[in-house]
Amino acid sequence: MKKIISCTINGVKQELYLDTRKTLLKMLREDLELMGVHLGCGGGDCGACTVLLNGEPVTSCLVLAADCEGSEITTVEGVQQDDKLHPLQQSMVEKGGIQCGFCTPGMVMNSLALLRENPQPTESEVRHALSGNLCRCTGYAKIVEAVMDVKNLDRITG
Amino acid sequence: MKPFEHFAPDSVGEVLDLLQSIPKAKLIAGGTDLLLQMKQGSAQPDTVISLKNVEELRGFATRKARFRLGAGMTLRGITRSPELKKHFPGLVYAASVVASEQIRSLATVGGNICNASPSADLIPPLLALDAVAHIVSRDGQRDIPLADFFKGPGKTILKSGEILLSLFLPQPSGNMFYSKHAPRQFMDLAVVGVAVRLQKNQGMVREARVALGAVGPTPLRAKKTEALLTGKTLTPKLMLEAGEMAADECSPIDDIRGSAWYRKRMIKIHVRRNLEALL
Ligand SMILES: Cc1cc2nc3c(=O)[nH]c(=O)nc-3n(C[C@H](O)[C@H](O)[C@H](O)COP(=O)(O)OP(=O)(O)OC[C@H]3O[C@@H](n4cnc5c(N)ncnc54)[C@H](O)[C@@H]3O)c2cc1C
Repeated sequence: MKKIISCTINGVKQELYLDTRKTLLKMLREDLELMGVHLGCGGGDCGACTVLLNGEPVTSCLVLAADCEGSEITTVEGVQQDDKLHPLQQSMVEKGGIQCGFCTPGMVMNSLALLRENPQPTESEVRHALSGNLCRCTGYAKIVEAVMDVKNLDRITG
Repeated sequence: MKPFEHFAPDSVGEVLDLLQSIPKAKLIAGGTDLLLQMKQGSAQPDTVISLKNVEELRGFATRKARFRLGAGMTLRGITRSPELKKHFPGLVYAASVVASEQIRSLATVGGNICNASPSADLIPPLLALDAVAHIVSRDGQRDIPLADFFKGPGKTILKSGEILLSLFLPQPSGNMFYSKHAPRQFMDLAVVGVAVRLQKNQGMVREARVALGAVGPTPLRAKKTEALLTGKTLTPKLMLEAGEMAADECSPIDDIRGSAWYRKRMIKIHVRRNLEALL
C-alpha cells in the first residue's frame, strides 16, 4: 500500500509516493540518495542512522516515512555551510574523532542536537547524550573531545 | 513486513472512529516497540493508526489538584518539562535512563505503558505515584488505577476500541526514588527496577509505596513490604527487612539479563538503598 508523503529535507520540499512500510532511513537512502544516513543495526541500538526530525535526534530506522508528513528533516548532507565543513565537523576532523567513518554522520547529528541546546556541555553531558551512538574504532575519547572543543559556536546556535 | 494501510488522524474522535470500524488496527505512537515487533514479525497489522498528529494526547497540566500527563508525551518531552521536574523529579529521572536521546525523542509514556513490558522503566515510578489510567473509547470512558492495568507480558486490560488517553497523578505526597539496575549505565534494559515513595511525619512512615519492575510477569507493587514500613520509623534493621520482604514478594525468572536468584538479590539491595536515600 502506498501513500503520498510531503516533507522538507535539508531545506528542500519533497513529495514522494511511498510504500507505507518504508522507514525514514530507507526513504532518505533509496529515494533521495542521501547515503550519509547509515544502516547499522536496524533496531535503534547503534545510532548510525541518526537524523534530526523537527530538530530532534531520532534513529531513522525506527520511524515510518509515512509518519513524517509535514516534517522537517536534516541529514548530515544538510549540515555543511557554503561548501565548508560545519565547525562541529571541522572539530571531528581536527581531533581525530573519525576513523572508519561509519558512525560519524550519526555522531555529528546527535552532537549537533546537543550543542544547539547546550553549547558548552561537560564531558559527562556529552557521554550521556552520545550513549545511543556506537563507535567501534575510536574508543569515544576523541569524539567526546571533538564535541567539547567546537570553535565558533555561534554558528551552531545561530 | 506485511503490507499495511496507514492512517494519521488528528483528533481522538477520529482515532476512535477508525478503531471502531477496523477493530484489528494497531496504534503506533513513537513506534520504538511496535515497529521493531513489525520488523521481527511478531506484530503483523493490516492497518496502522498513527497517534503522532493527535494534539489531545500531548502535554502535562494541572487539573483540580491533580495532574494530567498525556499518553502521547515523549520521554524527551518529559525530561525537558520544568513542571514535571518540579513536581515529579523521580519520574523525570526514570524517563532520562530509558534507551538513548534518539529513542527518547520518539518513545512515549503511553507506549511504554501499553507495550506492558515487565521491565518498562516508567511503570514502577508511575505505580509508586498512584497513577490512574484514563481510557476512552466510542462507548465512553473509564479510569483504572495503573496497578490494575497489566495482565501479563505485553497484555493489558485495554479492550478493542479503547485507547489510553492520559494518566492522572495525584498531588505527590513525600518523595519518590527510582533506581534501575543494569550492567551498562545507558542503553540497557533494567535487570531490576525499583521505585519507592514514602510520606513521613516526624520520622514515621505514614504511607509507603514500593513498586518493582522486571521481577514478574508485570510490574508489581510489593504490598506486604509497604505494610511492613507503614507506621514505623526507618531504622537500618527495618530497611534491611523491607529489602528482604520485597525480594520474597516478587517472582522473577531466569533470562539473558539475569537469573531469578540474582534479581531477588538486587531487589533486596535496591529497596534498601532507595529507603536510605529517602531517609
Ligand atoms: C534501542 C531501544 C532501547 C530501549 N530501551 C528501553 C529502556 O531502557 N527502558 C524502557 O522502558 N524501554 C526501552 N525501550 C522500549 C521503548 O522505547 C519504550 O517502551 C517506549 O516508551 C515505547 O513507546 P512508543 O511510543 O515508541 O510505543 P509504540 O511502539 O508506538 O507502541 C507500543 C505499544 O503500545 C500501544 N500504544 C501506544 N500508545 C497507545 C495509546 N495511547 N493507547 C493504547 N495503546 C497504545 C501500541 O499499539 C503498541 O502496541 C527501548 C527500545 C529500543 C528500540
